[in-house]
Amino acid sequence: MKALRKIVDNLKPTFTRGGKLGFLASTFGAFETFLFVPNHTTQRGAHIRDCNDMKRTMIVVVLALIPAMLFGCYNTGLQVNLEGWTAFFYGLVRFLPMLATSYIVGLGIEFIAAQLRGHEVNEGFLVSGFLIPLVMPVSTPLWMVALGTAFSVIFGKEVFGGTGMNVFNPAVLARAFVFFAYTPQMSGETVWFSTWKMMGATDATTGATALEQLATTGTMQWSALDAFLGFIPGSFGETSTLAILIGAAILLFTGIASWKTMVSVFAGGAAMAYFFSALGCFDYPAWWHLIVGGFAFGAVFMATDPVTSAQTSTGKYIVGFLTGAIAILIRQVNPAYPEGMMLSILFMNALAPLIDYYVVEANIRRRANRVKKTVK
Amino acid sequence: MASKSLKNLTAPLSGNNPVIVQILGICSALAVTVQLKPAIVMGLSVMVVTAFSNLVMSLLRNGVPSRIRIIVQLVVIATLVILVDQVLKAFVYDVSKQLSVYVGLIITNCIVMGRVEAFALQNKPWDSFLDGIGNGLGYASILVIIAFFRELLGSGSLLGIRIIPESWYIAEGGFYSNCGIMLFPPMALIIVGCIIWAHRSFNKDLQEK
Repeated sequence: MKALRKIVDNLKPTFTRGGKLGFLASTFGAFETFLFVPNHTTQRGAHIRDCNDMKRTMIVVVLALIPAMLFGCYNTGLQVNLEGWTAFFYGLVRFLPMLATSYIVGLGIEFIAAQLRGHEVNEGFLVSGFLIPLVMPVSTPLWMVALGTAFSVIFGKEVFGGTGMNVFNPAVLARAFVFFAYTPQMSGETVWFSTWKMMGATDATTGATALEQLATTGTMQWSALDAFLGFIPGSFGETSTLAILIGAAILLFTGIASWKTMVSVFAGGAAMAYFFSALGCFDYPAWWHLIVGGFAFGAVFMATDPVTSAQTSTGKYIVGFLTGAIAILIRQVNPAYPEGMMLSILFMNALAPLIDYYVVEANIRRRANRVKKTVK
Repeated sequence: MASKSLKNLTAPLSGNNPVIVQILGICSALAVTVQLKPAIVMGLSVMVVTAFSNLVMSLLRNGVPSRIRIIVQLVVIATLVILVDQVLKAFVYDVSKQLSVYVGLIITNCIVMGRVEAFALQNKPWDSFLDGIGNGLGYASILVIIAFFRELLGSGSLLGIRIIPESWYIAEGGFYSNCGIMLFPPMALIIVGCIIWAHRSFNKDLQEK
């Protein structure tokens, strides 16, 4: 550790503005703060700062994603009739190239953008870049992952001013772009299964996802327990509700994600599902909606994104509830897309500032009225 | 041609482009640019309408009381649009079918009436005519750029001729796939945004401080 610190300190003058390689200051800063917690102090005012800065926060989110990712890898192998560690390594070999693509493309663009603007490189992409492969089907070609990532970083993030300024969650945006641009590679019966023949993998019994089966036939070929544990076809990270809940526990325990948003997404989804169930739209138990498809994944990791979700407490309840409710509404009413979570998150991302605005306005009015009453 | 007249023709092509600087006529720019051919036809139609409505209104400008000028403009523009529509139906019926209502909707295109109001009513016929041609060309050029990218990336062809070989496609055992989102209007808007972005980074005087 000390040796590393020494190397960084020795290099620092070269990379500071005015130094020999001063133009690379942003890039250097990014690596330095990645390795060490920055030691600057606040210049004005008395601010108590948590040592847990943004990079450390992002790392915790990545940690929370690890269970879903590990299970996703295992499940990928499982779907092509492998078992145990072989299944896991097979999945890992499919997952890592996608992860590498998303990080190289996304961070590449972020570094270039920060360098051009003379900003610090922001760390938000550490999470987005990890989320992107997790929400893609196994057999998505790498160049589509790259294109989706590039689109979401440039048009979802950089044009709005970079990390913290984006209106839409970059990972959902990447998925939405690839989904609408290359629909045949993102939906259907075969894309959820790897076709790579290695480590003894055999042809998978291809078939629709649990969600598509529920939408078309009103039942699914797996038990609810299998769907909860995640032994079903789907995008990498979304299948296992259990693994996602472990991630949720990490996020809630560390206080990084807002439990208000998370709980109200599930509440909204459940309310809507039971509403449709009561109308007699489907015969299976309504809570199945919460364990199939990307609902849990979206609720835990995407709807809770602190940048794109609501900022006010009341706003979080409203946005969360509507995210869940609209997701089920799209699943149930729209015949074109069996999955509604992606669209509902994007939709509520767009509405969150408006909801926040009215929450703040209502608060101002309430307090103004109170003043009026006491003055009288 | 005097240099001042020439300027009426060239200014709308870049520095005062109706689509990417004045942000007019965006609606039809998104609607007719899925393929290159309809976009070219649409661009030419708008050019003819702007040019001749400018010319006619400029000739009439001293005889029309300003209170009823909008009605007169509408009559002139509507007549021209119907003429263009009939010509398209007679000579390029298939393209006319593709453009459907958007030819008729040239009447509501802000560029046409904008140029008549802003230019033709104060200027001589020849200058107005050139201004109309210039604005029509400025509009057409942006349409062609948008349609170029949308048809190439969305359908893999240009003017209906296949550019990306069939054997590249995933269905044929290749690796490539058309970008379906290019066929949707939202992507056209993003392309317009990119054109504006590129245009402004080359024209420093257009950048807002």
